[in-house]
Amino acid sequence: MWDRKHLLGIAELSAEEITEILDKAQHYTATALDESTTSDKLRGKRVALMFFENSTRTRVSFELAAQRLGASVTAMQMSASSVAKGESLRDTVLTVDAMGVDFMVVRHSSAGAPHQIAGWVSASVLNAGDGTHEHPTQALLDMLTIRRHKNDFDGLRVGIVGDIAHSRVARSDLIALKKLGADVVLIGPPTLVPGAFAQLGAEVAHNFDNAIHNCDVLYMLRIQCERLGGQQFPSMREYCEFYRLDGPRMRRAKPDVLVMHPGPMNRGIEIAADVADGPNAVVLEQVANGVAVRMALLDMMNNHR
Amino acid sequence: MADILIKNGRVICPDQGLDEVADLLITDGRIATIGAVREPAHEVIDAAGKIVCPGLIDMHVHLREPGDCDEETIATGSAAAIAGGFTTIVAMPNTDPPIDNPAAAEYVINKGRQANLANVLPAGAITLGREGTELTEMGLISLAGAAAFTDDGSWVTSAGLMAKALKYAKLTGLPIMSHCEDPSLAGNGVMNAGRAAAELGLAGTPVSAEETAIARDIILAHETGGRLHVTHVSTAGGVELIRRAKERGDNITADATPHHLTLTEEFARGYNTNARVNPPLRTKADVDALRAGIKDGTIDAIASDHAPHAPQEKACEFDKAAPGVVGLETTLSMLAAKLVGTDFLTWPELIAALTIRPARALGIAKGTLRPGADADIVVIDPAAEWIIDSARFVSRGRNCPFDGMSVVGRAEVVIAGGAIKDV
Repeated sequence: MWDRKHLLGIAELSAEEITEILDKAQHYTATALDESTTSDKLRGKRVALMFFENSTRTRVSFELAAQRLGASVTAMQMSASSVAKGESLRDTVLTVDAMGVDFMVVRHSSAGAPHQIAGWVSASVLNAGDGTHEHPTQALLDMLTIRRHKNDFDGLRVGIVGDIAHSRVARSDLIALKKLGADVVLIGPPTLVPGAFAQLGAEVAHNFDNAIHNCDVLYMLRIQCERLGGQQFPSMREYCEFYRLDGPRMRRAKPDVLVMHPGPMNRGIEIAADVADGPNAVVLEQVANGVAVRMALLDMMNNHR
Repeated sequence: MADILIKNGRVICPDQGLDEVADLLITDGRIATIGAVREPAHEVIDAAGKIVCPGLIDMHVHLREPGDCDEETIATGSAAAIAGGFTTIVAMPNTDPPIDNPAAAEYVINKGRQANLANVLPAGAITLGREGTELTEMGLISLAGAAAFTDDGSWVTSAGLMAKALKYAKLTGLPIMSHCEDPSLAGNGVMNAGRAAAELGLAGTPVSAEETAIARDIILAHETGGRLHVTHVSTAGGVELIRRAKERGDNITADATPHHLTLTEEFARGYNTNARVNPPLRTKADVDALRAGIKDGTIDAIASDHAPHAPQEKACEFDKAAPGVVGLETTLSMLAAKLVGTDFLTWPELIAALTIRPARALGIAKGTLRPGADADIVVIDPAAEWIIDSARFVSRGRNCPFDGMSVVGRAEVVIAGGAIKDV
């Protein structure tokens, strides 16, 4: 039974808690995109969207989820605010907290920032992505998407492909999948798949062509040029040759393989356009499930404020 | 009449292999006699049940002056030293402006004398502005009274310049203290590279950043015959490199910090910014290797790397937090609790690593109770139990990883240059 004030990461959740969220989100998938079915479960509650790092889809998804539940939502322009004037993170969040908000949805470029904020403020904190650490709501919407197509996580084999080292999505998905009983293989060049991840319970593979055939899900990560510190591979051309999911590679995969991507996609880089638009891809369904998952979380956390 | 008589203490002087209950007499600011003393003295200290040993030496502290005196000053840092039982401290030159010329070194010495607490010895920079391109006037800086040279905080990345520094500094007789960390390997790491960093999503610094730097500096010291001191060793591989160099006869010394001797990378969990230190906290295997290094003498000294920071430098994002922790007021008690209290070290072994061994590494006539030596003495109550409370520190720094821990053993009386200081 859910009794958490904050959602900081998948790492601290049990398999039962994850399943509880997914069940609740499943209920909301029917209403999440339906404008006529707003509820008033969060009527009178204030949700502050504090994105210290740019985001469109996650911010809008949280905004819609909160609105559907009747909350009042304030999307703060963090880059144009006090942060730019040199105010410390602590002072910034204490200021917002003092104005009386119930939920803070936080994205920050520093790993652990939401955890620190949770220790400073009285609001409930939802981690919307912290540095290269976690992105728990993304993992939950991914789990919901996988569950709706594959039913059971037991014995499921999920390949996560690309820049594992710098991906908070890869971390949260890996942790969630392991907790739910799936097998995970992390695929990418050795510079982007650190050996330490093997200690977290994943298999590590560097040859995509050899690892692709028995995967039930292929999760393609965005090559984040903006997050790469220093050169991690010699050229984009070489990366695409080894790791792009394209037509020829899809023919090596299981016919019913599920192709996922957290977005935004670099078409032609990590995923070919025809695969992104093909019958195996569920990228837009992931996005839709995101609203339902965030509604479920706000609803459950609101009961434990 | 003699000045001070310390009666019936357990007198420990590792320099002389001394560990016996005796009286100690101080006259004219110097050690006069150890033994059964019948002479009267102006001041008599009853040290029954206490340890009487040379004043402790910390060869690596940051006093922040000149610079941000909100963090520390030479006066407050010296007071913190006395509170922790230290009578000699070596101030690192990464101040603002840096100690890279003789006048700046004299400034530190004069400020230390004005404070009139601990002996404050400046370390001069190896290179101008600590920029790693041009040597400082090492000769003149040594004449001004510096105790060592270091670009602490930065490694001298040019091997050619480091070789030149090791060679040239021989004229001064002072050691080159190297902060061994290759920035091309350390990258933007903020903790040890490994499982904990992977889980926390924080960039890691691999042990190779330290070990390749130590290996290079050992080779350069061997070839030039220069005096290399490796400061704040943090890895098992680093200890092993130094051990092998010493075995072949290289004139190399090293120190390790109390936090690297007691904490691991696990301390970073929960994003505790007091776990943000350079070099980073490593693994249990590294801690064990450092302890073994202290025990067998491979690591000569324990030095705190006392690094006070203003509160806002730590109450922030982990990867934006200033690296470093304070240590002057906790070093003795933490190590007494964690190393002596567990029977890993004896009191004489711990005291050696805090007195005569750093004195020899620096080449200074301190850290001993030999008759005629400066009367720098600390009386330790080995049974004093207390809880570390950073709010009560004399230092302006509150960034203490040991805050709230129960420890045993405390400096009770501190004498520097024959004068009793306020603890």
